[in-house]
Amino acid sequence: MTLIDLANPTKFLSLTARVLPWLAGATAILLLIGFYQAAMAPDDYQQGATAKIMFVHVPNAWLAMFVWGVMSIAALGTLVWRHPLADVAAKAAAPIGAAFTFLALVTGSLWGRPMWGTYWEWDARMTSVLILFLMYLGLMALWRAVDDPSRAARAAAVLTLVGAINLPIIKFSVDWWNTLHQPAAVLRLGGTSLDKAFLIPLLVMAVGFSLLFVTLHLAAMRNEILRRRVRSLQMMQASQQAA
Amino acid sequence: MTALAALIRRDIKIALRVGGGALIGVLFFLTVTVLMPFAIGPDLALLARLGPAILWLGALLASLLTLDRLFTADHDDGSLDLIVMGRTPLELACAAKALAHWLAAGLPLIIATPVLGLLLNLDAAATSAVALTLLVGTPALTFTGMIGAALAVILHRGGLLLAVLVLPLSIPVLIFGVAASQAAITGPLSFGTPFSILCALSLVSLVIGPFAAAASLRHGLD
Repeated sequence: MTLIDLANPTKFLSLTARVLPWLAGATAILLLIGFYQAAMAPDDYQQGATAKIMFVHVPNAWLAMFVWGVMSIAALGTLVWRHPLADVAAKAAAPIGAAFTFLALVTGSLWGRPMWGTYWEWDARMTSVLILFLMYLGLMALWRAVDDPSRAARAAAVLTLVGAINLPIIKFSVDWWNTLHQPAAVLRLGGTSLDKAFLIPLLVMAVGFSLLFVTLHLAAMRNEILRRRVRSLQMMQASQQAA
Repeated sequence: MTALAALIRRDIKIALRVGGGALIGVLFFLTVTVLMPFAIGPDLALLARLGPAILWLGALLASLLTLDRLFTADHDDGSLDLIVMGRTPLELACAAKALAHWLAAGLPLIIATPVLGLLLNLDAAATSAVALTLLVGTPALTFTGMIGAALAVILHRGGLLLAVLVLPLSIPVLIFGVAASQAAITGPLSFGTPFSILCALSLVSLVIGPFAAAASLRHGLD
């Protein structure tokens, strides 16, 4: 099974119909374990129980960037390889990515209130994530503004690739600028600085949220394919009635 | 080369002659700047402190206002199709069009800056710092805005969407433009660091803008 085999929407639909229940189940189990472990994790010695919002905030923030990465690969698929499902993948990912970005911003500001004493600070990472959120919304508006899906796909693909420049800026903003947001703790040179008691629940949650994204994404892609079929059937019907 | 020069000459001529396109931008810049004291209050010390930010915001909005003229007029009369099909590489043609647009619409904003600086109680050093950062930064606004303008051609009625797409991309330019002007006026940071980042942003957009605009024109017009 290669990516080319999936170019046939019918094959894609039948494969995902088989895979989706398993994915959904695995997501539910992992998230349950993750939430349980997060609840059982010891309090932070400085921040107390408030640090536990990290287990939701960090996976959401990772996924906010990861989803744009997925959309950039899909954009290459649209522009370079002309994969028929690439634009479906890109279109389905945008609202999910926007939701993750929004959750990362909201959980971050709820965490910031007790810790930094402010809901919002114009710090480099927060600003760049906010820009990412605005770009998600702009991209969704672009998808809706063009009637023809294939033309919308190519326009959105160009914008997605241009927007991908923002990703390294977000990732390294905390290293380049000395800001309020803490620097990277998990993925960094010289190994993680996080204790195992926090690291393991965090990784479980990260995998769980990633699986949640894959599940939602595949389901949204199925919906998009079905929506396009309905659309083309309606067009056919309309042209038959006109004839 | 002659084709590109002809394209630049033609675009500048059209911008200066038809409908006062270039000067509308300056007029808008003036109006936005004049509106600010009404909103903030005529406190001269406060205006001097906010001046660079006001001028940068005004220039950003003014350059955004004129952006949708970049491709739509050519698309309407069909000359854009000729440019796309022509022998000149589309990336170079896009760069030439953006350069012409900047000369016709961006440069007048910078020339108008000293006058507007007077209105905002900026001294000579501050005004020249703002004008210098605008001179370096507005090409970045034009060249990244060109990507949005190329996308708006596909959309036909994309005026407001153009702003939504382009403004997030122009935030870094705004940040470093204002930071450099503030650094020159009040310190304590050195002027060089944000100014060089601003130059880098302009150079990067000079490369990325034409390619992205050409790609979306090529894929969008069929």
